Amino acid sequence: MINKGSKVLLEVKNLRAEVAGVEILKGVDLTVRAGEVHAIMGINGSGKSTFSKVLTGHPDYTVTGGSAMFEGKDLFSFAPEERARAGMFLAFQYPVEIPGVSNSALLRLAYNTLQTERGLEELDPLEFDDLIQEKIKVVEMDPSFLGRSVNEGFSGGEKKRNEILQMAVLEPKLAILDETDSGLDIDALRIVAKGVNTLLTSDNAVVMVTHYQRLLNYIVPDYVHVMDAGRIVRTGGKELALELEARGYDWLRAAA
Amino acid sequence: MSTALQNLVNQPYKHGFVTDIETEAVAKGLNEDVIRMISKKKEEPEWLLEFRLNAYRHWLTMEEPEWANVSYPKIDFQEIIYFAQPKPKKKLASMDEVDPELRRTFEKLGVPLHEQKLMTGVAVDVIFDSVSVTTTYKAKLAEIGIIFCSFSEAVHDHPELVKQYLGSVVPSGDNFYAALNSAVFTDGSFCFIPKGTKCPMDLSTYFRINTEGSGQFERTLIIAEEGSSVCYLEGCTAPQFDTNQLHAAVVELVALDNADIKYSTVQNWYAGDENGKGGIYNFVTKRGLCKGVNSKISWTQVETGSAITWKYPSCVLLGDNSTGEFYSVALTNHMQQADTGTKMIHVGKNTRSKIISKGISAGRSSNSYRGLVKVGSRATGARNYSQCDSMLIGDRCEASTFPTIDVQNTTATIEHEASTSKIGEDQMFFFAQRGIGSEEAISMIINGFCKDVFVHLPMEFAVEATKLLGLKLEGSVG
Repeated sequence: MINKGSKVLLEVKNLRAEVAGVEILKGVDLTVRAGEVHAIMGINGSGKSTFSKVLTGHPDYTVTGGSAMFEGKDLFSFAPEERARAGMFLAFQYPVEIPGVSNSALLRLAYNTLQTERGLEELDPLEFDDLIQEKIKVVEMDPSFLGRSVNEGFSGGEKKRNEILQMAVLEPKLAILDETDSGLDIDALRIVAKGVNTLLTSDNAVVMVTHYQRLLNYIVPDYVHVMDAGRIVRTGGKELALELEARGYDWLRAAA
Repeated sequence: MSTALQNLVNQPYKHGFVTDIETEAVAKGLNEDVIRMISKKKEEPEWLLEFRLNAYRHWLTMEEPEWANVSYPKIDFQEIIYFAQPKPKKKLASMDEVDPELRRTFEKLGVPLHEQKLMTGVAVDVIFDSVSVTTTYKAKLAEIGIIFCSFSEAVHDHPELVKQYLGSVVPSGDNFYAALNSAVFTDGSFCFIPKGTKCPMDLSTYFRINTEGSGQFERTLIIAEEGSSVCYLEGCTAPQFDTNQLHAAVVELVALDNADIKYSTVQNWYAGDENGKGGIYNFVTKRGLCKGVNSKISWTQVETGSAITWKYPSCVLLGDNSTGEFYSVALTNHMQQADTGTKMIHVGKNTRSKIISKGISAGRSSNSYRGLVKVGSRATGARNYSQCDSMLIGDRCEASTFPTIDVQNTTATIEHEASTSKIGEDQMFFFAQRGIGSEEAISMIINGFCKDVFVHLPMEFAVEATKLLGLKLEGSVG
């Protein structure tokens, strides 16, 4: 929901970044306020996923220019784990498997790290279990997944639901969903979207990176941005996504 | 591999200092005269000298094994010092007489020698270079008939036991390094648990190689009589030298009817520097004989050190219904090479064995599991379960598995499971993105990966092992 008076969570100005010496982001501008839902769309290779990884600090990417402020602080002066603890969350496009580490152990460590960061009490395993039993309802996940190794043997849809479960536990201020809809069947998509919608409040915000308009039927964006060749070339409301669906991207690329 | 990952794996070795203590060493090189002199210095009986000389003559006819998945320049056995001991040597009546310099060394290593300071109630035998320095709690254990002393003392005070069991599990000509050890071994630990006795405390040996250029050849013999049980721990460190040092130990365990021996090792010999210079060659023969019915021998090892590890703690399951277990974590980093595993030889009926092996490779290291499960024709109803998991950290290391199964009895049940996983930058970034720093992430991954083995370690060792693996890996991921 757009409220021009609400707090600015993220302010990106003229951001440039490269990977292995190749410039991918060529001056991105984006402002995200609390309560807003943004969608970033674009063809493969336009820089959408790079943008989400640069913001969260993936070591493969190097920032070469511009700035990004998170709640008024220079994002790039913080290590990836510090950005996470400050409330920035990335739902991965390809969630990794962590053999031997149970889902619940990971979630509890991540949760307690945040609690400590916020000066709150850590939860013991029993208290945490009460919390997690509530949270898994958000993504309609079977409790047996908690005891399994992180993402090991999970289907594509289960991995994506697991990402949203992590988001539900960590309650980030800014969640970036990197192609969370890719590889999801319609039921899984509905569950993931319902989870995200449940977690949305007027204090947090979501940035969705996606190819398709389909996800936007379930999580309705306030803004749709089109990225091309490392820049945001067009910003509009949710109707822009429908137009893209109908006309494709070429007309915008030509215009840019 | 990113620098973050590298910094995490590459923690310096903390035990690399040298103790400035006067040692008495024989000139380097090996011949029959050196063996006679070692035997004489130790005032050994004639039969033991014969045992040594036989082993030496056999060794001369043997070839160094080359089948292991490790490579190193040929060892010049004439360049090794075969006997070194702290000077002066005199009988120690109590711990207070231990050379203060030596005592400080072990305090630095976290091995307290004062009996009153031993809070956890672990009896310790301390081997410095080739010689046993002291054994704690000896008198207390003797009250209930347990003999726990240095091997040399056992030769003098209990020659009949030593004569009966020495070489009964690992014959002097068993393999190249066992033969070498049998010829030149200088000391080690001896432990005898009499019939029906449960050893009331953990027994422990702490090995330290100090003299540059010396080899360490210790011999450990543990005998558990009918219905007895013992839990034994072994720890090892060495100073940091640029030259390689040879450690060729032999450990023999004998379990009679209904006896139970649990042997745990945390091996942290110096591994060489990050370019592979220096470090210990750990060529060790460890074998347990489940001689009696319902006997049980369990090996647990955490191997983190040594430039090269060549080690296969094994069980010969002779008694009916006997059980052999092997739980192992082997971690290699930098240029380390490990070829380690176990042999489970099923001879008796309804014998059972279990193998859980976890190999972690980082840096440019190479880590191999090599195992043999053999079921003889008389071993009706034998069962084995093996699980071999490898974890690769970064993309320049190597993991291999060489399992061999040889079954000659159709009633046997054999299960083998294996897996390989990889920890790289993406996993570390995932943890970071969930607010978890790299050290905690590594420790979580390692603990998760190794938990099936760590649960078999005594409490203090489990804590030490976790810390050690974390330290060893600092800087290796990312």
